[in-house]
Amino acid sequence: MSHVDKSARYLASHEWVRQGDAGAITVGISDHAQAALGDLVFIELPEVGATFDKGDAIAVVESVKAASDVYAPIGGEVIRINEALEDAPQLTNESPFEDGWLFVIVPTDTTEIDSLMDADAYAATLGD
Amino acid sequence: MNKTPLHAQHVAAGARMVDFGGWEMPINYGSQIEEHHAVRQAAGMFDVSHMTVVDLEGVDVRAFLLKLLANNVDKLKQPGKALYSCMLNEQGGVIDDLIVYFMDDEWYRLVVNAATRVRDLAWINQQAACFDMTVTERPELAMIALQGPQARGYFHTTLGAEEAEEARELKRFSAQQIGSWFVARTGYTGEDGYEIICAPEDAQRLWQELMEQSVQPCGLGARDTLRLEAAMNLYGQDMDETVTPFESNLAWTVALSPEDRAFLGREALQAQKDAGVSRQLTGLVLLDRGVLRHGQIVHSSRGDGETTSGSFSPVAEQSIALARLPADIVEGDIVEVAMRNKRLRAQVVSPPFVRNGKPDYELQQ
Repeated sequence: MSHVDKSARYLASHEWVRQGDAGAITVGISDHAQAALGDLVFIELPEVGATFDKGDAIAVVESVKAASDVYAPIGGEVIRINEALEDAPQLTNESPFEDGWLFVIVPTDTTEIDSLMDADAYAATLGD
Repeated sequence: MNKTPLHAQHVAAGARMVDFGGWEMPINYGSQIEEHHAVRQAAGMFDVSHMTVVDLEGVDVRAFLLKLLANNVDKLKQPGKALYSCMLNEQGGVIDDLIVYFMDDEWYRLVVNAATRVRDLAWINQQAACFDMTVTERPELAMIALQGPQARGYFHTTLGAEEAEEARELKRFSAQQIGSWFVARTGYTGEDGYEIICAPEDAQRLWQELMEQSVQPCGLGARDTLRLEAAMNLYGQDMDETVTPFESNLAWTVALSPEDRAFLGREALQAQKDAGVSRQLTGLVLLDRGVLRHGQIVHSSRGDGETTSGSFSPVAEQSIALARLPADIVEGDIVEVAMRNKRLRAQVVSPPFVRNGKPDYELQQ
């Protein structure tokens, strides 16, 4: 049974978002997603300064088994990426909600966050 | 969905189960990379009961195999010796790759791929029709692969003194009936070890005993990265009926001499050889960051090609791939692999990628 962090909101495609100070949101992939992918060996992150619309493929997480797109949970501009993942992509396996975060976005429209699933709704979709 | 006799033990061990060609099989039990390293450094075990075992019996079996296989079973002199071969269609395309074990003059055992089972059996039965022999599939048997530098030692501890001695004396690429078990010193990882074919209840007991000795259970995920590092082809991915062994890094398995051995596909292979083989299956190591995968286009100054298998090598800690490329590309050449919206640089290397637990290639600076 995978862990679902209560303080985050979720997409059906298994990304999580967490709102921080000054409206910026941190994005990662859920514990369920990292477990399904298996050992991560490469994570391709967006460029800082890049802008995206909601639903754009914005990053790629690659495990020994397969490559999987990460979709922008919300439109906005990337202001920070988790550079530690360049040498240690396994952080996203070990700590998907904390050390293994992927990037930070400043949203164009913060109200979009409200349309995402809360932890209970996401947990109910997992069936594990 | 088909289940092997070890299914409940996989689930109990926390395996992630996936559909593999109609079989519910373990893909991993935790970290696939740890399973991979266990096999390279110590020992790991795989449930390969989904593989298809076929016994060929009768006075004509050798004559039949001389016709069926691209490799020459006349190389098998000692009972127990094994031979790796392709089974070809008339156009020289690979129907399947297999291991044939010569047990005695009237008994040979084939182990063929599960995914090609129906096609293989139909082809074998069709070709066997005019020979005095029987073709018997053995679906009731289970199969465990125990692989790694310490694998043999672990297996010997599960045997009685006499049986252990018999196993110890078994030479590489040979098999022997030990008690009711068929024990072969073969595998699909590039490591030493055994493949054991036995009754379901024996397999369950052996698996349990090895678990109690802390032998790492390994899933199909690790099996794939291990065989890729060892540059062993995966049927359906690295080769199929549209390519010949010459285009699949398997020229060493084609026995064109003696010239009067009329095996299936021989004429097509001879014609291809005479005309010149235009493609080769060789190795790539990714120089840029990323992971090579099956089916990516490879660009080079000598023409384009395609990756057939790609992944991350846990031993080399780099991405590696097998790729079908123009024949005049040579080791050391730099090619470009199309990946998403980019082109990444890769160096051509001569397979295998890993030998004796270490990377077996050098990159140019």
